[in-house]
Amino acid sequence: MTELALDIAHVSKRFGDTLANDDISLTLNRGEIVALLGENGAGKTTLMNILFGHYVPDEGSVKVMGRALPPGKPRAAIAAGVGMVHQHFSLAPNLTVLENVMTGTQSIWSVSSDTGGARDKLLGIAERFGLAVDPDARLGDLSVGEQQRVEILKALFNDAQVLVLDEPTAVLTNIEAERMFATLRDMAQQGLSLIFISHKLDEVMATADRIVVLRNGQAVAERAVGETNAAELAELMVGRQVARPVRAPSTPGALALEARAVTLRHEGVERLKAIHFQLHEGEVLGIIGVSGNGQASLAQLLGGTAAHAEGTLSLFGNEITDWHVVDAIEAGFARIPEDRNHEGVVGEMAIWENAILERLPAFSRKGLVDRKAAIAFADEIIGAFDVRGAAANRRISMLSGGNMQKMILGRNLIEPKRVLLASQPARGLDEGAVAAVHERILEARAQGTAVLLISEDLDEVMALSDRIQAIVGGRLSPSVSADDVDARMLGLMMAGEWPATGNAEASHAV
Amino acid sequence: MRFERREQRSTLMVFAPPLLAVGVSLMLSGVLIALAGAPILEAFGALLNGAFGSRLAITETLTRTAPLILTGLAAATAFRAKLWNIGAEGQLYLGAIVVAAVSSQVLGGLPGYVQIPLLLVAGSVAGMVLLLVPLWMRLRFSVDEVVTTLLLNFVAILFVSMLIDTVLKDPLAFGWPQSVPVADEAMLPRIVSRSRLHVGLLIGILLALVIYFIQSRTVFGIQSRAAGFNASAAKFAGVPLKKTLVLVAMISGGAAGLAGAIEVMGVQGYVTTELSPSFGYSGIVVAMLANLNPIGVIFSALFIAAMFVGADGMSRAMGIPTYIADVTVALSLLSMLVAVFFTQYRVRK
Repeated sequence: MTELALDIAHVSKRFGDTLANDDISLTLNRGEIVALLGENGAGKTTLMNILFGHYVPDEGSVKVMGRALPPGKPRAAIAAGVGMVHQHFSLAPNLTVLENVMTGTQSIWSVSSDTGGARDKLLGIAERFGLAVDPDARLGDLSVGEQQRVEILKALFNDAQVLVLDEPTAVLTNIEAERMFATLRDMAQQGLSLIFISHKLDEVMATADRIVVLRNGQAVAERAVGETNAAELAELMVGRQVARPVRAPSTPGALALEARAVTLRHEGVERLKAIHFQLHEGEVLGIIGVSGNGQASLAQLLGGTAAHAEGTLSLFGNEITDWHVVDAIEAGFARIPEDRNHEGVVGEMAIWENAILERLPAFSRKGLVDRKAAIAFADEIIGAFDVRGAAANRRISMLSGGNMQKMILGRNLIEPKRVLLASQPARGLDEGAVAAVHERILEARAQGTAVLLISEDLDEVMALSDRIQAIVGGRLSPSVSADDVDARMLGLMMAGEWPATGNAEASHAV
Repeated sequence: MRFERREQRSTLMVFAPPLLAVGVSLMLSGVLIALAGAPILEAFGALLNGAFGSRLAITETLTRTAPLILTGLAAATAFRAKLWNIGAEGQLYLGAIVVAAVSSQVLGGLPGYVQIPLLLVAGSVAGMVLLLVPLWMRLRFSVDEVVTTLLLNFVAILFVSMLIDTVLKDPLAFGWPQSVPVADEAMLPRIVSRSRLHVGLLIGILLALVIYFIQSRTVFGIQSRAAGFNASAAKFAGVPLKKTLVLVAMISGGAAGLAGAIEVMGVQGYVTTELSPSFGYSGIVVAMLANLNPIGVIFSALFIAAMFVGADGMSRAMGIPTYIADVTVALSLLSMLVAVFFTQYRVRK
């Protein structure tokens, strides 16, 4: 007999013009682990927010243990036994484990707190599920894996019957992740029901009983884990056979940029692990990967805002060691940041000021800015890159996303550059703007610029790249020729499954 | 009802908020005046008269404007770069006491044209040092400078209080705790004879113009604004964030120290712990009311000075407490914050 722990029926949610959830139905049996698989923006988070009452669905209903949840009431969801383990922990590092677990369980008006009872209950749960933890340890002193255990304990402490884990392994090491999967299976055996959100195929295959694939807001497929394989899931997640636009054959020139066993640490964590790549003039090297796997660190390292710890990085045969933004600009780097509002522009400042901000030495003499030249430069970009609605003196924040991105491209590419670092260059743009941005990147390539394209968009990488490497957990795969891969293979590479004996240039990776 | 960010702002919106804020704050204080039992219009007349009604009133208002411009600039430049310098009061006092000490102990006997520039520099440097310490603590240990600069005010004032009761005590002051006077040659020239109005006002206006020029036309100015508005984008563009903050701190602390210097050298001639009626804190209001624009600081300093000087006159004429001035100034700050909010957001139903 199977009991239905969770029944999400025909849920739809629209934000403006986008249908984030389109008639999604999802059931979860008692003692079952269902994986929710999908790319970023597929609608996973929206669906879970509806389950938790953070969003009110436009249509559809949610039932927990057979009883309907009132829409838009987070407390009702918790009371009904739905627990959430967030990707970014919602714990207070200055409190003890016990205090963290108890937070939110008591009325703010209660004078005394039943610490003893809570401690017994916590230890009981920890014992039952094998989640050993010291209730009096200060949370900030625990490792990330232990903190995650506390986060799970907190949900269980609130008597959760349905537990949702949002990319639980994103912050864990492999060993910690293995241990967590064992715990999850154990929990399911004891009657808990789990939803496991992920885009990592191997984890999903190893842990879940059933897999639901979301794409563009729709539940496109449902598979029992025994009747599918990673390759099929990759194709389901990505969707279609990617139609490749015409890209002129490349004529790679000299070796422009080379990384040999480069490692980068940030706050004690290895963000890049002994990566290798080679980038030639006149070619596009695509770095594909789900965001959060080290792309940002790679972009910072090459763009001059982070220093690497080990390994060799060389530019046209010369090793670069002390590498700052100024050096990158001087060496002829063009840089498209991942997040244009966060890093690309200063919204409160004028378009002309944004145009020259990273090139101030070229537009100033003795510390005084040559305003006329700067405005002329901005006007030239506006004209050449078709930036609509712009005037050099207006604030840059008034531009639409696409035009802002054209402005950023323009300030980088109005003069020929030797190397172009483009991070997610078309993210969040509409079709027309995407085409314009892609055109500019291919143009730069044709002029002999060495292009490093960092993206999580399969179509984009396949359309623009000559060679492709996947980035997973700070490691780079061997490079494969773009002519030899399809979406399915790239999906596997993004999941960390790359062929041991790769294609042409497998020798890069050790 | 919800708020939506405005896509663009017209030129009008640069000038409208401070004027609206002043208008609203005057209206609200009108209510208080009525509650105090005085006729509103007459009271405002007395206020205006007290601030601008005579030659003496005008020169007194302008004398008061001078240090407010400088402390206003101290706050405006620092806040623009998101350096929260709440310590202008302490920087002012340290600048003042250094001027008194250097003038009496070091430069004694030198002619005015040598002493005055040196003393102005000495006062500024003292202010800079008092701000560089908390900035260093922020950069090195991530200590919040709001707390450190605020608390250093008390440290600085108590330090001054100690000095003027001990080593720098004026032996001719009948036991009152006041510092030895600056030399007569070191006193700032008057702009208007038979008044207290001194060239400190011109120094303040000049500094406002210079800072405006620096912010809009120099590499450092553009970098410091970028760092203040969006530090990540500034870092991505290669702006040296720490160096920029140090320079900003030097301008900000220097302006506050200079305010102390001109008060000693222009008005009082010696230092007491009553040298500043909260010029340092009022400078924050001046800067906010000017929307951190250095040129605007000149006008908002004039407004605040007029309120304080005029309120004295109003109080004498109408028998209303002078606290009305404090309330009006405080209300103008609150109104300004609301007005600035509405220049950035519009209301959507």
